Amino acid sequence: MSSATFNRSAMAAPAWVGWAFVAPFLLCYLGLLAAPVLEGFWLSFNAVDLLTGRGQFVGLANFIDLVKDEIFLRSAANTVLFAAICTPALVGLGLALALVLNRPGKLGAWLRGTFFASNVLSVTVVTLIWRLVLLPDRGLLSQALPGFAPLTDESLALPFIALVTVWWGIGLPMTLILAALQQVPKDLYEAAALDNTSRWRSFRFITLPALRRTLILVAIVQLLGQLQVFGQAQLLTNGGPNNSTRTMVMFIYEALFDQWALGYSAAAAQLLFVLLVLGVSVQRWAEKREEAA
Amino acid sequence: MKPSLFDRVLMAGAIALALLWMLPLLWVLALSLKSNAVLMERTDAIFSTPFTLRNYADILANSAVFRWVLNSCVVAGVQTLLVLLLSSLAGYGFARCDFRGKRVVFALVLAGLAVPEPAVVIPLHRFFAELGLHNSYAGLILPRLAAPFGVFLMTQFFKAVPRELEEAALMDNASRWTIFWRVVLPLTLPAQATLGIFSFLAAWNDYLWPLISATRPEMYTLTLGLASTQTNFAQSEGLGFLMAQAVFAALPVLVLYAFFQRHIVAAVAGGKP
Repeated sequence: MSSATFNRSAMAAPAWVGWAFVAPFLLCYLGLLAAPVLEGFWLSFNAVDLLTGRGQFVGLANFIDLVKDEIFLRSAANTVLFAAICTPALVGLGLALALVLNRPGKLGAWLRGTFFASNVLSVTVVTLIWRLVLLPDRGLLSQALPGFAPLTDESLALPFIALVTVWWGIGLPMTLILAALQQVPKDLYEAAALDNTSRWRSFRFITLPALRRTLILVAIVQLLGQLQVFGQAQLLTNGGPNNSTRTMVMFIYEALFDQWALGYSAAAAQLLFVLLVLGVSVQRWAEKREEAA
Repeated sequence: MKPSLFDRVLMAGAIALALLWMLPLLWVLALSLKSNAVLMERTDAIFSTPFTLRNYADILANSAVFRWVLNSCVVAGVQTLLVLLLSSLAGYGFARCDFRGKRVVFALVLAGLAVPEPAVVIPLHRFFAELGLHNSYAGLILPRLAAPFGVFLMTQFFKAVPRELEEAALMDNASRWTIFWRVVLPLTLPAQATLGIFSFLAAWNDYLWPLISATRPEMYTLTLGLASTQTNFAQSEGLGFLMAQAVFAALPVLVLYAFFQRHIVAAVAGGKP
């Protein structure tokens, strides 16, 4: 039997068989993801009374209030700044480590393991460890630099949370880039070595082009993740000092659970959604422009 | 080929950075072995005696921690199994069955990859409150079952399974279910391991949703329970206890990681161990 006739007989299987396979997931997806997304969108145009649970359509009022809300603007700026620090740091350091540690042997494996290990810890363990490191007077850092308390300093708190995030998350980009490095055909380097090509040139013209797709993917994944930063900031500084580390997800959470402003919180979530789409679009645009250049 | 000076310098730099990377963990480990009284005075005497296991004994005496570990095991375990089941079924359906509207439905599912968690937690919180699901295992487990990543991954894997295997089984008049369960599913074990590790770690480390859904301490996961003790962070008391708690919570995952390191790294890289 040829595979063409087989395919036809397979297609003859009733359609309900296919639906039956996808139905269990599809029900979860519609009920727990698709419907909430739509409801969140609708809520953002409503003022919701929490006692009765009834909403009143207010049009764009929530969004107008948000744009005038200084704390919201501050949290949006913090979020963008945080992602702007973390994304290049994670991609750059991940690339550097992958290049150096792309070697056989025990030492390489041990070093790769060390850098990946912190990745498996939960955000609360990570912040607990770093709180103890950054403890004023008795923390690890204060042993070297007495009186240095970055988390209570308005201009240093956010960069330090970014540092903690890089410590926590470097394993994933490093590993993804390492995997891509191992896919680069070895004979390209051998040919380059025969031509006496310098290491910089073989990096610039062989390695980097081969890693392009992976680097873009890693950058997008990191950007999307870092724009949703929440746990580190909440647990290390709780948004302080003076709102300098309040992030958008924190704002959404607090609007919901501290102020019970359901519609307002939902509107902020829509703006975060827009920011994510914008972030990825800017990245894709930059990538296209670079391609054209 | 002999490594050049440049290579040696780079390697030395990587080793130095790795040591720096481990320093916070070692610091916390060392201080967890000191008594609170000593830590009140000074924290720089980490290598001198006396050492004590008192802080760990205190943790074990605090029964809430065991409850949190149990909750985390139940939530992460059940969630992982259900994600594997749902994703495998749907992945097979999308990869191997034909039905009207398949492309549209698949595209719709993929669109879900772009949805940020904060955009759905507000409606979900309301929905679960109406159903009375907060502070229950079901409430903690359900939301992630809708995550499309697993379906995407499994669809790719099922597409890579050779069709000939199924053809032979179909000629033997086996049902689609039998083929899926007996013939194709066993071939996807590596993919199951990848998705399983990802799901388990994601569930174990999840913070935002448990924070919203579990408000009673006996329903906290370990991640959330640790956060609750941090918020009552008292600097003068219980420093050693906090240190021990950090070690206690980090150790199981780090040991698991040491055992499954090759698989985890391979899972992340999308290759074979």
